[in-house]
Amino acid sequence: MQFVTAQSTAEAARLLAESGGAARVLAGGTDLLVQMKSGMVEPATIIDIKKIPGMMEITEEDGGYRIGAGVPGQMLGEHAGVVALWPGVVEGCELIGSTQVQGRCTMVGNLCNASPAADSVPPMVAANAVARIEGPDGSRDVPVADIPAGPGKLNLKPGELITSIFLPARPKRASDAYLRFIPRTEMDIAVASAAVSLELAEDGSIAHARVALGAVGPKVALVEDAARAIEGTTLDDAALDALMAACRAACSPINDKRGTVEFRTQVAGVLAKRAALIAKDRAGEKQ
Amino acid sequence: MKKIHVTTKVNGDEVEFLCPPEETLLDALRDRLGFSGAKEGCGTGDCGACSVTLNGRLVCSCLVLGAEAEGAEISTVEGLAHGGELHPLQQSFIDNAALQCGICTPGILVAAKALLERNPDPSDSEIRYWLAGNLCRCTGYDKIIKAVKIAAAEMRGETA
Ligand SMILES: Cc1cc2nc3c(=O)[nH]c(=O)nc-3n(C[C@H](O)[C@H](O)[C@H](O)COP(=O)(O)OP(=O)(O)OC[C@H]3O[C@@H](n4cnc5c(N)ncnc54)[C@H](O)[C@@H]3O)c2cc1C
Ligand code: FES
Ligand code: FES
Repeated sequence: MQFVTAQSTAEAARLLAESGGAARVLAGGTDLLVQMKSGMVEPATIIDIKKIPGMMEITEEDGGYRIGAGVPGQMLGEHAGVVALWPGVVEGCELIGSTQVQGRCTMVGNLCNASPAADSVPPMVAANAVARIEGPDGSRDVPVADIPAGPGKLNLKPGELITSIFLPARPKRASDAYLRFIPRTEMDIAVASAAVSLELAEDGSIAHARVALGAVGPKVALVEDAARAIEGTTLDDAALDALMAACRAACSPINDKRGTVEFRTQVAGVLAKRAALIAKDRAGEKQ
Repeated sequence: MKKIHVTTKVNGDEVEFLCPPEETLLDALRDRLGFSGAKEGCGTGDCGACSVTLNGRLVCSCLVLGAEAEGAEISTVEGLAHGGELHPLQQSFIDNAALQCGICTPGILVAAKALLERNPDPSDSEIRYWLAGNLCRCTGYDKIIKAVKIAAAEMRGETA
């Protein structure tokens, strides 16, 4: 195995392309090193991207924030601006692992590991976050929702890597929330999860919403019907029932010892309802 | 296989070592530099016995490559005591019987020190969440939490 500290994204992309699939990007290493240890992956080359300029930075851009692909969860949680604008994304990212894992884990690594249960992905999808991709053909911007292709699979071309995530600007009375169910209180992988992002109208009703579910299908799902179910409402009981029904209709989970199909489907609806109520409270507090 | 030359700082002192590209920072610290305080409990990020700080952030050294330490600053449990004098956390763990076999202790001390640097007066539940990635199989967590609280109070100058 070879270890390279990439100095530029162009160098990282070139090494990835030349390797013909045998190279791996190293961000926080909290998935990659575990997989290498178990023999699940045996990369010929490891490309550390954290020393590329900008990778460890959070910068304001067009009223939103650009998060470098090396930024660990703990650093995201320390950024008052991101916490104020996108609290749901921050809480998803902060749920990843222990304090030690938080010192290293990145949102991009969480996304690129392509687990349907990845905790930062539903809130990024609900936020309509956009990934910036660099590759042999230059740079392109792709919504985070379009990156996962299935468990362990990504819609990235050979030689491509993600260099940052953009969390967009939003109106003042807007917020988001993320909830997951795990059998313990810490250090476990989501059995079902839900993220809700919403904007309030003048009258306090919901002007616009985005709802995303995790761990209840082969990839994180944006549930448009669930968003439509609460738009124009004040989250009265009928709207919340419709939200839960739409979420449950979108579930196609696996059955395993951590959760049955019925349980995951039921809980996904409940989590979406609770996340919607939290997001609305947070948005209301901002007026 | 080509070895990588790494220059880094451990507990303030500049050190260098040669390691193969896949070697973890934990193995480099223990086997090449003689810092055997960090332990390998699991090797997969679950137990926290290998905790060190890397550029000020608490990490599992089993999930860091030795090669990544180039130009970094690392702190290990060996850096806690000054001369012959134990750090208040170390003394508190002894005084309050917060260790039995001691395998988890170096990682817990490093993690607890990182917590108290951010939050000199943490609540029980803040300590429990912060240390959720540090497993102990023998002492039991109540004594560990208590020892951290007592050390924190002492470091704030509140008790004799
Ligand atoms: C103890 C422990 C607990 C955990 N708990 C959770 C949890 O609660 N929730 C959860 O969701 N996850 C959890 N994880 C998994 C892991 O920590 C997360 O998925 C984390 O976000 C991965 O980020 P990373 O930066 O460490 O990724 P890495 O391990 O560096 O990379 C992960 C994958 O993505 C690829 N990659 C990384 N960066 C890029 C890039 N910029 N462009 C293209 N590809 C890239 C890598 O090649 C690799 O295949 C846990 C892991 C451990 C060890
Ligand atoms: S040995 Fe590193 S976390 Fe267990
Ligand atoms: S004292 Fe033995 S594992 Fe904690």
